[in-house]
Amino acid sequence: MTSPETKKKEDKKPIKKMMLILSKATIDNVYACFILANGARMEGIESEIFFTFFGLEAITKKKLEHLHVATVGNPGMHIPTLLGGLPGMEAFATNMMKSEMEKLDIPPVGEFLEILSASGTKLWACKLAMDMFHINEKALIDDLDGVLTVGDFYTRAQGENTHLLFI
Amino acid sequence: MIVDKIYGELCVTCNEQGYLTDLNQWTKDVGLEIAKEENIVMTDKHWDVIDYLQDQCRKQVALSIRKIGKSGVVSIKEFYQLFPNGPLKISSRIAGIPKPVSCI
Repeated sequence: MTSPETKKKEDKKPIKKMMLILSKATIDNVYACFILANGARMEGIESEIFFTFFGLEAITKKKLEHLHVATVGNPGMHIPTLLGGLPGMEAFATNMMKSEMEKLDIPPVGEFLEILSASGTKLWACKLAMDMFHINEKALIDDLDGVLTVGDFYTRAQGENTHLLFI
Repeated sequence: MIVDKIYGELCVTCNEQGYLTDLNQWTKDVGLEIAKEENIVMTDKHWDVIDYLQDQCRKQVALSIRKIGKSGVVSIKEFYQLFPNGPLKISSRIAGIPKPVSCI
């Protein structure tokens, strides 16, 4: 049996570009995506986000500041499903989480999008998901870089050391 | 691991990533030499940012991209233009302060 290679190889090349696909609108997924995209830029790595399906809510002007954490079907919350479904429970858990994030200097969704855009992260909306949910481009944030198909997004991923990540 | 490095006529102590371990050893010449290593040509605007970073470090304020954007010294967009390829870590190295641990 051979032991796994753990040593850093001389010929290893650093990551050049992160292509993130955000398909969910729960606040934990949205922040995971934003922090990965922003963290990449902070390391000098290019980053782009493709917002598809429910991920579109994170760039919909009227919805982006009202995203929630899921209290039902989320074992990480340690709230019994029955209680998690009570009215106001999601809002309560979301406010708790938001106040903890503010303490750590993590910006609200809208401000985070502005930071990403200023940092050079490209923000793309998925054409198919927009058609499906009947979303007009005017409803989306002004900082949006455009509307793409999956094929367009793959084309943008061209080049060595690009990584794609589905969230 | 601590290493001694010579910048110009000065000998300073750095960690293994090349960050100064003591801000008191920093001089503008040391900053210039580190900037050269990072391929940054320093302008007045660059030094404004460095001054701000050192000031925040002395006040023991943890730095983040968000805070720098709100500082009034430089916008986030300008910050990325001044120090491409990782603005916060590169500017901190030139400023002689520890590498920031923030993810934001």
